[in-house]
Amino acid sequence: MPVTAATRHLDDRYQVTIVGAGPAGLAAAVAAREQGAERILLVDRDAEPGGILRQCIHSGFGLQAFSEDVTGPEYAHRFVERVLERDVDVLTDAYVTDVSRDLRVKLMSPSTGVTSVETGGVVLSTGARERTRAQIRIPGERPAGVMTAGLAQKMVNLHGYLPGQRVVILGSGDIGLIMARRLILEGVEVLGVFELLPHPSGLGRNVVQCLDDFGIPLHLSTTVIDIHGHDRVERVTVAPVDEERRPLTDQAWDIPCDTVLLSVGLIPDGELARQLHLSLDQRTGGPVVTSTYETSLPGVFSAGNNLHINDLADWVSQEANVAGAAAADVALGRVRARQDVAVTPGTNVRYVVPHTLSTDLTQTVSFRVKEPIYGDTILRVGEAHRRKVRAVVPAEMVTIKLGPKVLESFAGETLRVDAIPAAAADDLAAAGDDEQ
Amino acid sequence: MGQGHVHDVVIIGGGATGATLARALSRFDLDVVLLEATAEVAFGVSKANSGIVHSAMHASPDTLKGRLEYPGNLGWRTLHEELGFGLNPVGEVLVALDDQQLTKIETIRQQGVRKGVPGTEPWTAERTLDAQPNLSREVKGAVWAPTACVFNPYEAVMLVADAARRNGVRIEVEQPVIAIDPPTPDDAGAPLVLHTPTAAWRTRFAVNAAGLFADDMAELAGVRDFTILPRKGEEYLLDKRLSGVVTSIIFPCPTPVSKGTLVNPTVDGTIMVGPTAQTVDDKYDTTTSEAGAAQVFSNARKLVPAISDRDVIAEFAGLRPVSDTEDFIVGPTERPGFINAAGIQSPGLTGAPALADMLVDILADEGLALTEKADWDPTAPHPVKFAQLSTDQQRDLAARDPRYAQLVCRCEIVTEAEIRDALERGAHTLDGLKFRTRAGMGRCQGGFCTWPCMQLLAEHLDVPITEVTKRGRGTWLIREREDQPVATTSTGG
Repeated sequence: MPVTAATRHLDDRYQVTIVGAGPAGLAAAVAAREQGAERILLVDRDAEPGGILRQCIHSGFGLQAFSEDVTGPEYAHRFVERVLERDVDVLTDAYVTDVSRDLRVKLMSPSTGVTSVETGGVVLSTGARERTRAQIRIPGERPAGVMTAGLAQKMVNLHGYLPGQRVVILGSGDIGLIMARRLILEGVEVLGVFELLPHPSGLGRNVVQCLDDFGIPLHLSTTVIDIHGHDRVERVTVAPVDEERRPLTDQAWDIPCDTVLLSVGLIPDGELARQLHLSLDQRTGGPVVTSTYETSLPGVFSAGNNLHINDLADWVSQEANVAGAAAADVALGRVRARQDVAVTPGTNVRYVVPHTLSTDLTQTVSFRVKEPIYGDTILRVGEAHRRKVRAVVPAEMVTIKLGPKVLESFAGETLRVDAIPAAAADDLAAAGDDEQ
Repeated sequence: MGQGHVHDVVIIGGGATGATLARALSRFDLDVVLLEATAEVAFGVSKANSGIVHSAMHASPDTLKGRLEYPGNLGWRTLHEELGFGLNPVGEVLVALDDQQLTKIETIRQQGVRKGVPGTEPWTAERTLDAQPNLSREVKGAVWAPTACVFNPYEAVMLVADAARRNGVRIEVEQPVIAIDPPTPDDAGAPLVLHTPTAAWRTRFAVNAAGLFADDMAELAGVRDFTILPRKGEEYLLDKRLSGVVTSIIFPCPTPVSKGTLVNPTVDGTIMVGPTAQTVDDKYDTTTSEAGAAQVFSNARKLVPAISDRDVIAEFAGLRPVSDTEDFIVGPTERPGFINAAGIQSPGLTGAPALADMLVDILADEGLALTEKADWDPTAPHPVKFAQLSTDQQRDLAARDPRYAQLVCRCEIVTEAEIRDALERGAHTLDGLKFRTRAGMGRCQGGFCTWPCMQLLAEHLDVPITEVTKRGRGTWLIREREDQPVATTSTGG
């Protein structure tokens, strides 16, 4: 991607500073400008803007944002062009080491040295990091050849090297599924994808298009219990697990391989959120936010995977549109929308973002279910909204748009978000409102 | 190095013992070579342990290890001043959970007093909980020993080896000694000839500091009279969230076989718990286990109930090179010129600087002439730790050299300039960089910095990036992609 526009001179003060130029940061920059902010700084740690999209060379992006199916780099490129057309300062090869509670942003880059800028609003769009071997605690030896699927993706797609020749993938997250197909296309042997849970962690379409279409076996309720090899991975031991997810070691078997890729989940990259002592949601790992994605510290916003793990880049851009515009509003001294309705996860809902809603606005509520329901499902937001869908699975985020009209009679209330089988919902309706 | 060239001393093994000896010998006008079998110095026993310079109360003064412990503690403090590795005198709290243990820990304190360890104090339960409020309420009392320190042993050993190199010691890695020529019957003064896979090393003296493999080296020299029994210790590092849960090294009252499970702050501020103590057969067995974790956390929670295995961010296991005599085996052997420094188990790391001085004396007694160099430099430029500097210091450095403003590892805030300095000091593998600079040790475990580190290694070593390794031979990281049509694979179908 040819677009680089490394800013060499920084202003002392910006209206909006955006940390991270992936799908969230790029969209936030465009939205902040459209909303009237004139001095906008977009900072990214890589040499070029685009974030993880740069290594996502597969298609499947843009169906929401552009009504068109494009690759990750193309998706990023369209946003980068918009950013550059709007005279945003883009500082690459740069890292924000600290944001103070009075909104001074400390950063470092070879072109600016170690410096700081004042800002009226901040958007945290730093994305997520992958869970590692250390976090899932696989015992055994520690040879070369164990890496996250995202690092392997970077090596293959951005640099043109292979992580190994015989690969086992642990975890069925989307990056793992995408990499299974990617490596097959490179002539690498992909020996199987192993998932601890009884259902895939990645999108259904990826299971079909990346595994099924290439004959790569997906072993559900199965995990890697040991890694062998002193220097380089030589084999792994895998075993099915019982309902409590304990390995059934008597049914274990060995698979010779030279590489283990981990696709075992993403965690919002919350270092700045922690430094700023923002209120965090233990369920998402990201900040608690209002319906404009403002955190517990006024002027600081969070969008994209920094807020919660999204399933599609398009949703990330939509969130960031709201956050970027709201950051501009705050920087320009405009009045904030009321936050007069609370939402909270109810039956079979793992988390809900945002945490409060406004009867002034139309806003999107995003959530994920805990357990899949393969059949008619009722989605409810308190008494304000009720909708029937065909099925819900944890891998796919659910979004619901709620406007002032449906919310206005619920000011001051807390709405529970539920996702329940349609039959059970009918029973509940018959039994009255005991649950409330 | 011609066939006829004879070195004065070849040190077999680049761990704490070998490196401190190399540095001690570097002050004299000598030709010294250090041969390390692995890819980097400190990558054996010295890398994987609790990282403690012991208070020096614990080991009996009737043993050699006990006698070297306190002088070694002082030696590390001097090296810390001279070379600038991290070392934090956090002190030790030796905890008693019942009356019997109270008596036992006082006996240990008295032993420390006899060994000249200053500053120890018996503490009441109240005093103990006042100093360490997160300890178990079951505490009956403790002994405080301010002499104990924490450090990163690999960082310290790497900088000690670097100081030796700066003063003329030749350091060769990936040079395992695989054969030693038998003695020449008609020439008692003939040099020892050590063979590594790629070279022969002729030397007047060889010091056997080969750690776990010291018995194998003695065997090669024809003088084996001991056995090394590897004793495994598993260690668990906890999330920074728990920083400060204890501020000193928390020791349980020891049992006859082990000092027990410790809970200690590391020099980097994280909390470490461990080790286990399990005798194993395999000198390469550094596996961690479910059972080991269960034992460590069960023991640790008796001391510090707030600790949980949910907070583990990294785990590793190391092997202690325990000899069948349970003490250090140090001194000349029947093979002229072949000197043992074997069985260096705990507190061997602590004792290493004192053991080095002892070995210099032994070499002198055996006929090595020691002439001090005029230009010996005991100090070396201290490595910059950018993350620990003030903003003003960071700004000044970055203004002088923009490579201090180019971040490589974002979790631990390690800059390109620090990576390049580590390369200049001899790092030549990914793990070598990691253990010198902390790049890759943080939350994302190398997800971000692996590639830039590999690029800087390839550039510095002037090799294709596919030849960069994790930790030397066999630990390859990536493969060249083959230009080929879309594969029809055997797994397809």
